[in-house]
Amino acid sequence: MDLTYTEEEEAFRAGLREWLASVLPRLPARPSPQDWPARRAYDTSWQRMLYDAGYGHVHWDAPPTQRLIFLEETEKAGAPYVGANFVGLLHAGPTIASEGTPEQRERWLPPVLRGDEVWCQGFSEPDAGSDLASLRTRAWRDGDHYVVSGSKIWTSHAEVADWCELLVRTAPVSEAVPKHRGITWLAMPMDAPGITVRPLRTLAGSTEFAEVFLDEVRVPAANRVGAENDGWRVTMVTLSYERGTAFVGEVVACRRVLGEIAREARANGRWDDVALRRRLGRLGAEFTALWRLTQWNVSEAQRTGGVPGVGGSVFKLRYSHARQELYDAAAEVLGADALDLGHAWNLDRLSSLSYTIAAGTSQIQQNIVAERILGLPKGR
Amino acid sequence: MDFQLTDEQRALRSGMRDILAGRFSLRDAVDRVDRALWKELGEAGFFSLALPEERGGVGLGLPEAVLAFEEAGRALLPGPAVASFLAAGEVEGAWSGDAVVTAVDGTLVPWLAEADAVQGDVSGAVALRSVDPLTPLHRVPGPPRPGRGALLYAAEQLGSAARTCEMAVRYAGDREQFGQPIGAFQAVKHLCARMLVRAEVARAAVYAAAVTRDTREIRGAKLLADDAAVRNARDCLQVHGGMGFTWESEVHLHLKRAWVRAELGQRADEAQEALAAAL
Ligand SMILES: Cc1cc2nc3c(=O)[nH]c(=O)nc-3n(C[C@H](O)[C@H](O)[C@H](O)COP(=O)(O)OP(=O)(O)OC[C@H]3O[C@@H](n4cnc5c(N)ncnc54)[C@H](O)[C@@H]3O)c2cc1C
Repeated sequence: MDLTYTEEEEAFRAGLREWLASVLPRLPARPSPQDWPARRAYDTSWQRMLYDAGYGHVHWDAPPTQRLIFLEETEKAGAPYVGANFVGLLHAGPTIASEGTPEQRERWLPPVLRGDEVWCQGFSEPDAGSDLASLRTRAWRDGDHYVVSGSKIWTSHAEVADWCELLVRTAPVSEAVPKHRGITWLAMPMDAPGITVRPLRTLAGSTEFAEVFLDEVRVPAANRVGAENDGWRVTMVTLSYERGTAFVGEVVACRRVLGEIAREARANGRWDDVALRRRLGRLGAEFTALWRLTQWNVSEAQRTGGVPGVGGSVFKLRYSHARQELYDAAAEVLGADALDLGHAWNLDRLSSLSYTIAAGTSQIQQNIVAERILGLPKGR
Repeated sequence: MDFQLTDEQRALRSGMRDILAGRFSLRDAVDRVDRALWKELGEAGFFSLALPEERGGVGLGLPEAVLAFEEAGRALLPGPAVASFLAAGEVEGAWSGDAVVTAVDGTLVPWLAEADAVQGDVSGAVALRSVDPLTPLHRVPGPPRPGRGALLYAAEQLGSAARTCEMAVRYAGDREQFGQPIGAFQAVKHLCARMLVRAEVARAAVYAAAVTRDTREIRGAKLLADDAAVRNARDCLQVHGGMGFTWESEVHLHLKRAWVRAELGQRADEAQEALAAAL
């Protein structure tokens, strides 16, 4: 067990720190969540800066430890969040990198790295959430195209995306074709005729996700990643990236916010509340442990040479609840001010409510841990 | 950075597990330390693991000690192992397992009657009817004295938490009701999943604290490991149903020992206050 970083890793960290210190002071604040076009422009130009500085590739080809350092340092320095680039950089990109053809990699990966193109994730449907494999959006072959009809929901950043990692059903479910077969993974251009995006308002008041209606949308067959009807396997690759390292930087951020909450409590007198104070102390232990668990998982991925494992589910379960506890504690410290959306903590408190739902609910994660790690029998 | 066990560390852990596996009967361990086992542990280097070689020790570090104590916790090793370990360089015979050493910790002294040496003042000590049948306890008057060995107790708690998780999973896979293993029921499955998560988070905290030796990390590790041991034992008991409530099953011994350890080395309220003060 070794928590010290190698010289090479420390050199990478030092270079990154120096670069961040030189660019961040000149960076304006990120636009509000009410204005996604402005956010897109902001997030992609940040990605472009990273790319030009040689950090564009870090989520894909860098060794896991380097990725960890990158996420830690950018968060510590208060650098912008991946934002609209989330899907492209953190799951569609890695999926194409590992499952795509050379032409596909050439077509889609560089624009993501340069911040030229933004992706969204069209997996969930109104009747296929946790039970993703029961999705019904259909695609049939017409010459060298797929024709797609159906609808997707909760598609984050759909409004501003250029591409969608889309799951479609290419063979109807039957006795011969169980629901996990017959699914295909497509890259769909979001400007194709037949696509309607209807933004949905989140409980935090922003329009972060949308419904996407697909009416005979033509997608070139060349945009299929993996074989026809083999999309479930490709999807598992995507999901393992989604749960793998996507939250690393946030743990660092939570530790920082906890310190701010403690300062506020000392200033406004809430610190005298023994129970509240002890809760904050406990959260300190929690986020430190989650950071260590991250290092544990990353070390494991580094050793096994690849895709983050189911350890990501263990992390996600605990982290999503800890994040909610953090902002609940913040609200207790704020007292009546917890009702004022003018305070950033309160918006974060609202968005923390999605953490136990998005990217697989806590119940589903518990099933995964119980069945895949502990080997308990599959339920009915 | 490579935060995984080295091959040597894995070997040490499995060696400890072998020494402890089935070597003692929990029923026979009530009120007495198994001196032969204590000596065997001493010879295997358990108490002298962290002593420098020039002082007759094995010269390994805190991470190795933590792995060994994790195994002691899994096996519910009876006896004042933490105090004896800490006394290895201080009390004659402690490192070799010839002497059983205990210490005053907070207001408690475990295994006072069985110990060959005690660290701390035990005048006025009164025997309790200990909740844990495998840990005789005395209480000493006066202000509590800070305990030592928080991280080693944390390691024992981690071992216990991992063990009760395994026990629950095994039982859930074997026991059938309504025509299927109870582990196929989500209510049971989710209890087990949460047990694993608690144990794994505690593991990351305990191992990291052993590597960094950072006071705050040690406090946090003990806090999380106490919680994991106590709550996992409770959930394990629940998964075992009526069987879990019997004296015969081992589950209650894990729970009771976890309660005892939670009072030793460092208490949750102390840890929380100290961690809060550092925010
Ligand atoms: C902020 C946000 C952003 C999102 N972004 C995207 C996106 O970009 N692209 C995308 O494709 N999707 C996205 N999602 C969708 C997300 O993946 C789904 O919401 C999630 O998988 C749950 O599906 P559902 O909402 O249909 O809930 P349901 O599956 O209907 O679940 C409802 C409740 O039932 C429980 N439940 C369901 N099945 C089981 C079971 N087998 N055992 C026990 N309990 C069960 C759930 O845990 C939950 O409590 C996003 C969601 C949110 C909240």
